[in-house]
Amino acid sequence: MSDTETTQLPKDIAAEKGLVNVQIDGHWIQVPRGTRMIEACKIAEKEVPHYCYHPKLSSPGNCRMCLVQMGMPPRPAPDQAPVYDEDGYQEIGWMPRPVIACANTVGENMGIRTQGELVEKCREGVMEFLLINHPLDCPICDQAGECRLQEFSVEHGKGESRFKEDKIKKPKNVKIGPRIRLDDERCIMCSRCIRFMDEVADEPVLGFTERGTHTTVGVFPGRELTNNYGLNTVDLCPVGALTSNDFRFQMRTWFLKETDSIDTNCGTGANTTIWTRGNKIFRVTPRQNDDVNSCWMPDSHRLNYVCPTDDDRLTAPLIKVDGVHEETCWENAIEAAADALKQFTPSEIAIIASGRQTNEELFMMRTLAAELGIESLAIVAREEASDDMLISADRNPNTTGAQLTLQDKDVAATLATFREGVYQGEIKALFVASENLLEEAGFTKEDLNALELLIALHTSANATAHASDIVLPGASSAEKFGSMVNVAGRLQKLNAACLPPADARSDWEIIRDLVLALSGDSAEQAPQSIEALFQIIATSIPEFEGKSLATLSNLGETITDTGVTIPLVERENQRKAHGEIVG
Amino acid sequence: MAIIKIKRPKLTLADKLYLPAVIKGLFITFKHAIRAIRGKTHGAEQFNSSGLGVTMQYPETKWDDQLPDYYRGVPALVTDEQERERCVSCQLCEFICPPKAITIIPGEIESDDPWAKVEKRPKEFEIDMTRCIYCGMCEEVCPEQAIYLRDDYAMTGLSRAEMVNDKKRLYEIGGVRTGLVNKWNEIK
Ligand code: SF4
Ligand code: SF4
Ligand code: SF4
Ligand code: SF4
Ligand code: FES
Repeated sequence: MSDTETTQLPKDIAAEKGLVNVQIDGHWIQVPRGTRMIEACKIAEKEVPHYCYHPKLSSPGNCRMCLVQMGMPPRPAPDQAPVYDEDGYQEIGWMPRPVIACANTVGENMGIRTQGELVEKCREGVMEFLLINHPLDCPICDQAGECRLQEFSVEHGKGESRFKEDKIKKPKNVKIGPRIRLDDERCIMCSRCIRFMDEVADEPVLGFTERGTHTTVGVFPGRELTNNYGLNTVDLCPVGALTSNDFRFQMRTWFLKETDSIDTNCGTGANTTIWTRGNKIFRVTPRQNDDVNSCWMPDSHRLNYVCPTDDDRLTAPLIKVDGVHEETCWENAIEAAADALKQFTPSEIAIIASGRQTNEELFMMRTLAAELGIESLAIVAREEASDDMLISADRNPNTTGAQLTLQDKDVAATLATFREGVYQGEIKALFVASENLLEEAGFTKEDLNALELLIALHTSANATAHASDIVLPGASSAEKFGSMVNVAGRLQKLNAACLPPADARSDWEIIRDLVLALSGDSAEQAPQSIEALFQIIATSIPEFEGKSLATLSNLGETITDTGVTIPLVERENQRKAHGEIVG
Repeated sequence: MAIIKIKRPKLTLADKLYLPAVIKGLFITFKHAIRAIRGKTHGAEQFNSSGLGVTMQYPETKWDDQLPDYYRGVPALVTDEQERERCVSCQLCEFICPPKAITIIPGEIESDDPWAKVEKRPKEFEIDMTRCIYCGMCEEVCPEQAIYLRDDYAMTGLSRAEMVNDKKRLYEIGGVRTGLVNKWNEIK
């Protein structure tokens, strides 16, 4: 390079942007200063096998699976000027020993080799040590199919063991809490579970005892893993040492289909993956979204879902004849509902919507109210204390969405008026969606019996459905497409993981058909797809403008600022800012 | 590719008339017929014939004891020498089965069971024999050597439901197989 003085070196160009140049497997890339080597390799799309490293936890560097070869430019002698090659990089002096990629950060002009003989030998060695005492449990191990040990054994393991001695025996099938089973023989001592309970769940109950090959993970004496975030350790565990009682032996993972959706148990709307086979849900796990739930989810929420195979599901429209519910077809049910509603004046009808409904359903509810000439409709408020982690004080998943779609700041206010109206006998007909009126809504059985007409749209055969004159079977949150807005104002998407059971259908279609039956309009005048409906919402409500359900990412998008924050995410951001975790 | 020309054989007058060949054939047939009547047919004994020639009068007589070890009949589950059910419901056979004939509902072994340490066994295990193509993949894939194609070949039924072998039936067909997997013995 003749004009070194006039041309900027790559290191200076990168430094201006806060980046450094790193050579990974022969290619130079720029990554932010302070990036972990393993993250830099991820940016370069080079896989570094690892067990103990997790970006949301501290990095103890104890599994040694992530060993790579590293090199830096040799330190120049005191009076020696650094030598740059024609591309402006210094020559890399490779270190003869490997380093762990998870706990070291990159430096300017660093070289990383994720391949090559040294690295391969390291991985083979680590795998062999990890497997010497490992049981041959794969056929009965729930982790099989998603086990990092299996995966890396295939890539870096031997076909057979050279270990001729007796394997160390450790406790198996230990109940360490109400929801979790521990198999110590399968544990590879990565300490992820221990760190999670300490750093994220803030209830350190797990730890190691013994030394060397006898090291055993376990709960503290006299303690149990009862924490409501405990099942996250099962997701974290790279092997089958920690398994969930709920999912235990239910289905092998390779049969399960994954669908990205969101949790509808509270206003946080934790991002989830729903695992199904056929039309049955087998488990729900958290899906990473750093703005909503990080990688975690409360146990109480992941275990609480409505499945199409549940016994109490409504499977056909019902009409009450002489006090007995009789199954009917959709045409009859919708027509009967429309005819019955027409018998009342607008002031005699009340509509109760739900904060558990999607934006699309709520918008249709509003259309229904308009069609009937009713001015307001109410949702049922669900306020409980927040757990200061992920569970929001608002236990409705879509209160924000209801405020937007119904264009009403206090959507729950009219409920008391409705209750009073029913009590006084002024309200004679009630249409209720996705709510059991005898629960939070505060109605009594007498109230419901006093009504002349009760139409319920719900998924399960609850007390309200029993008291209803017309029952319309809807779809659960795992069975429908739609969107919700979480407490922080983020528009998120539900994707259908299963089909509604038997004759049950998507709620928005049911309400649409009811509106059509009331207005007498032809079907073409109503939206034919959820996307078409969303477009109507997008044109009439400013926050939704320009959005589309089809193009909305599964991570969602913030559409309004509510000023609400999620405590766990806030804490995680702080830890990230302090450099405790990669984030 | 090179073209190979094949020359038609030149037929003699006798060949063209056909008749000598027909007579030759008839002669062989009669020879065997007479032998059969005299009870002198070759192989009558080892083919378990009914006495008249080599014809086996199925189903009155069967040649089940002539079946080779590797015969691939109806797939069935086996128990080991300690009467432990070998299958741990890993569902690999269900996964591999090309026509999806196998349906398994896995379950946990109760803690008071002598084999509780195995932890897992099938709650239900069904093989739909209207679907099974006797390919033997299930036997090949099984990590516990629990499923074998045994020597039953006459699987019949009057309805589709009858053609589905449930767990009980599968163990009846399968019987005991000894000395293969020793993973669950005391010394692991
Ligand atoms: S932890 Fe992984 S390797 Fe070990 S038994 Fe379970 S599936 Fe197999
Ligand atoms: S139980 Fe799992 S997560 Fe915990 S240390 Fe062992 S392998 Fe790691
Ligand atoms: S023999 Fe083949 S088709 Fe029959 S059950 Fe086994 S895998 Fe399925
Ligand atoms: S492969 Fe073997 S152990 Fe696994 S389910 Fe089938 S028969 Fe049972
Ligand atoms: S991932 Fe680096 S040491 Fe475990």
